[in-house]
Amino acid sequence: MSLDTVKQAEQTPETGQPWKELGLKEDEYQRIREILGRRPTGAELAMYSVMWSEHCSYKSSKVHLKQFGEKAPRTDALLVGIGENAGVVDVGQGYAVTFKIESHNHPSYIEPYQGAATGVGGIVRDILAMGARPVAVMDPLRFGAAGHPDTKRVLPGVVAGIGGYGNCLGLPNIGGEVVFDPCYQGNPLVNALCVGVMKHEDIHLAKASGSGNRVILYGARTGGDGIGGVSVLASETFDATGPSRRPAVQVGDPFQEKLLIECTLELFREKLVTGIQDLGGAGLSCATSELASAGSGGMRIELDRVPLRDATLSPEEILMSESQERMCAIVEPDKVDRFLEICEKWDVIATDIGEVTDGVRLEITWHGEQIVDVPPRSVAHEGPTYHRPFARPDWQDTLQADDAGALPRPVSADELREQVLALVGSPNQASKEWITDQYDRFVQGNTVLAQPEDSGLIRIDEETGLGVAVATDGNGRYAKLDPYAGAQLALAEAYRNVAATGARPLAVSDCLNFGSPEDPAVMWQFAEATRGLADGCLALGTPVTGGNVSLYNQTGETAIHPTPVVAVLGVIDDVARRTPMAFKDPGQLVYLLGDTREEFGGSAWSQVVHDHLGGLPPAVDLEREKLLAEILISASRDGMIDAAHDLSDGGLVQAVTESCLRGGLGARLVVPDGLDAFTFLFSESAGRAVVAVPRSEEMRFTDMCGARGLPATRIGVIDGDAIEVQGEFSLPLAELRAAHEATIPALLA
Amino acid sequence: MTARIGVVTFPGTLDDRDTQRAVRLAGAEPVALWHRDKDLRQVDAVVLPGGFSYGDYLRAGAISRFSPMMETIIEQAKGGMPVLGICNGFQVLTEAHLLPGAMLRNTGLHFVCRDQRLRVETSGTAWTGDFTAGQEISIPLKNIDGRYTADPRTLDELEAEGRVVFRYAAGPVADGYGNPNGSLRDIAGISNAAGNVVGLMPHPEHAVESLIGTGRRDGLAFFTSVLKGLVSV
Repeated sequence: MSLDTVKQAEQTPETGQPWKELGLKEDEYQRIREILGRRPTGAELAMYSVMWSEHCSYKSSKVHLKQFGEKAPRTDALLVGIGENAGVVDVGQGYAVTFKIESHNHPSYIEPYQGAATGVGGIVRDILAMGARPVAVMDPLRFGAAGHPDTKRVLPGVVAGIGGYGNCLGLPNIGGEVVFDPCYQGNPLVNALCVGVMKHEDIHLAKASGSGNRVILYGARTGGDGIGGVSVLASETFDATGPSRRPAVQVGDPFQEKLLIECTLELFREKLVTGIQDLGGAGLSCATSELASAGSGGMRIELDRVPLRDATLSPEEILMSESQERMCAIVEPDKVDRFLEICEKWDVIATDIGEVTDGVRLEITWHGEQIVDVPPRSVAHEGPTYHRPFARPDWQDTLQADDAGALPRPVSADELREQVLALVGSPNQASKEWITDQYDRFVQGNTVLAQPEDSGLIRIDEETGLGVAVATDGNGRYAKLDPYAGAQLALAEAYRNVAATGARPLAVSDCLNFGSPEDPAVMWQFAEATRGLADGCLALGTPVTGGNVSLYNQTGETAIHPTPVVAVLGVIDDVARRTPMAFKDPGQLVYLLGDTREEFGGSAWSQVVHDHLGGLPPAVDLEREKLLAEILISASRDGMIDAAHDLSDGGLVQAVTESCLRGGLGARLVVPDGLDAFTFLFSESAGRAVVAVPRSEEMRFTDMCGARGLPATRIGVIDGDAIEVQGEFSLPLAELRAAHEATIPALLA
Repeated sequence: MTARIGVVTFPGTLDDRDTQRAVRLAGAEPVALWHRDKDLRQVDAVVLPGGFSYGDYLRAGAISRFSPMMETIIEQAKGGMPVLGICNGFQVLTEAHLLPGAMLRNTGLHFVCRDQRLRVETSGTAWTGDFTAGQEISIPLKNIDGRYTADPRTLDELEAEGRVVFRYAAGPVADGYGNPNGSLRDIAGISNAAGNVVGLMPHPEHAVESLIGTGRRDGLAFFTSVLKGLVSV
């Protein structure tokens, strides 16, 4: 095929173009023609097709995402907000922390190992591009039914990919989630989070400015992998009969990424970088157009200079390739030599591919011939916006009317005991050690807490003990019953988890996993969830700093549960004051904080015992969440509690079991007045936690709770080697441990 | 004078900064060494830290051993300089033939990360003087190619000469005991005949602070041991 130049495009307006195959709609193609005043060249069409994809342009979601800005709480903590590679938060002592969560769902279904591996790689480069050293990763994962044969294909591949890539980068994996539900069959959710640390003055932005500055592409050579990953893969619903999508999945090389990290940090240290962007989705198309668009606008690129893995790649393919481990930097001309020297030191290939101009167009040439001449904003920031129709589905009322409170409850102590064992051994409530033991949680030597603790906690300053905590949570079952409340419950749980370890919640990143936006019911779920999350963030004072939307998670007509996954970042002034979850001191008192109501809609109990999903999720009370968090943080700081564990799915019995098993000690519990044993053990009322209080601190602690108006109920004492619920049953720890720890290896090993 | 302990960084090394911290906490001065250099910068001892040097491509440690820095280290090690290889560093030492045997993929075929119980078999090396023989310690283990192997004659020799330095301690797996990867004769670490070169798969540098990681500090004695030896020389 001959080269399609700008000149040629002007002369041949009628030439047919493959816009449809590239995932564009007809009106979008017409708009490109209007913007350019001619038909696009093949290279321009390639750029627009990837940049205007759902994945890159947020065209269906952005009218809703606006709320995160409009309803953002006032805070001094936010240094960089939505729109950059990742948000940046001030954590004090001159430190800034950046964090973000992203999805790599579709690739991970097609090619679990590489899909998950490059998901880690991509989010790490986002964090690196802000100027930060990446210090930890987390992976919230969702799979189909635990016993399904395809889960046995997807899960081990995903876990090995996360481990194989993340372990090789030297980033501790400090938490996340593993959830099974048949709704994710065929649409697993592989979300990845990274946290990075820098000093305030080290913040870098993705912006090309300064006419005459050089554009340097460095890292791996560009190959034919991942072409159209964002458009044909992440932005369409899978069709079982369609062609294999595997060439659209990227292939990762963690060794190259590790070199890229160290090399980039050295470039930052020597202040050689004016602007920087990583190459992820949409590859060079994205990096060049975003850098130019965010800067003064003008950029000239000589595409034939890009180092290739495969010399036969066409310019269109080079622009669309999503080959991993690449970065693009804007460098002042007199700093280029030193820049290249440092890249050589780290064996990283670096190539000067163009310059920033004083114009307003992004111009790309191929062996001297112009193949792209576009206004960069029209590619990067002014893509289409859809106001997709949304409507509350007619089945929502039926679903909510199917009250889980009406399900048969255990009628005897023996049955109650059996249901406790079934719950703690169910795939969702069972220990995930088999999975997390395949991740390195120790590397870098700053891990204070890691899974299964409520949040991952990393020390960031050895002298002062300053640390950050991160937790990710989501509950698709709650969100299915009520997407508005479900999103707030995910936020509340992550917020509570951060506070339970003693850290003060500061900011939020979200990964919004939904079905097809072309279905009005799904769009309604999305609208409700974003509204709920924005309202919730405003109420809690924690702004959304960035995140990611993943749509089209559905097979045929069947969408996944709406699954907003929320990450909350918190700060702790001294990690020595952190609160772990383990009950490890006999004689300490167990207190239940918060109110327990008969709330079983979407609960683990209703799923495990009755395979039921219906009714309403637990009520949300964000003022109560704030109060609970304040108490947990104060108690940690003042040494009033030695352990804390948040109550969420599985309720009190799940939390107490985890704390007991972690500490190797049992507990004797008494059902409080006004509650029946069943509700006490299995209710999933929000805004609750259990804490271990040393007897010497009991008065001080209960006085504090009383003064601030938080219900604190003494429910027992840490003791022995069984969990005993007085008058009901006693379960030896050994039996609980066997049930809790055997499930996942039996399913997967 | 403070002892200087070198920590080598290869491309893909991960635990270099952690090892430098451990050296500092033990009271010595950590010195960063770069794989392309030949100059040891007057260090008194060297640690080859863990990671995935050269991405473990070809074979773990197989490429690093040919680096200019390793040429110098091999020479100095033969002259008696204390050298400790941790995880990937142990793999480099076997590839460099400073220690016998090799590491294969774990029998479970997975990466294993856990708090591992070890038995110290001898205090007669440069890196274990602060332990007592038979003492049990817990330090993190994290690798996928950690299964120590050697021919039976080599294994017999190692045992006969007291060069098996660490073994995975027998006990309940849930509590961190047991052989996690199928290593022959439960070997976790060995030394050369002179006792100055020691390699092991688990990570002492991750067990040096009471708040961090497992919260145990059993790893610190590796570094204090070598310091005492250097002072007494």
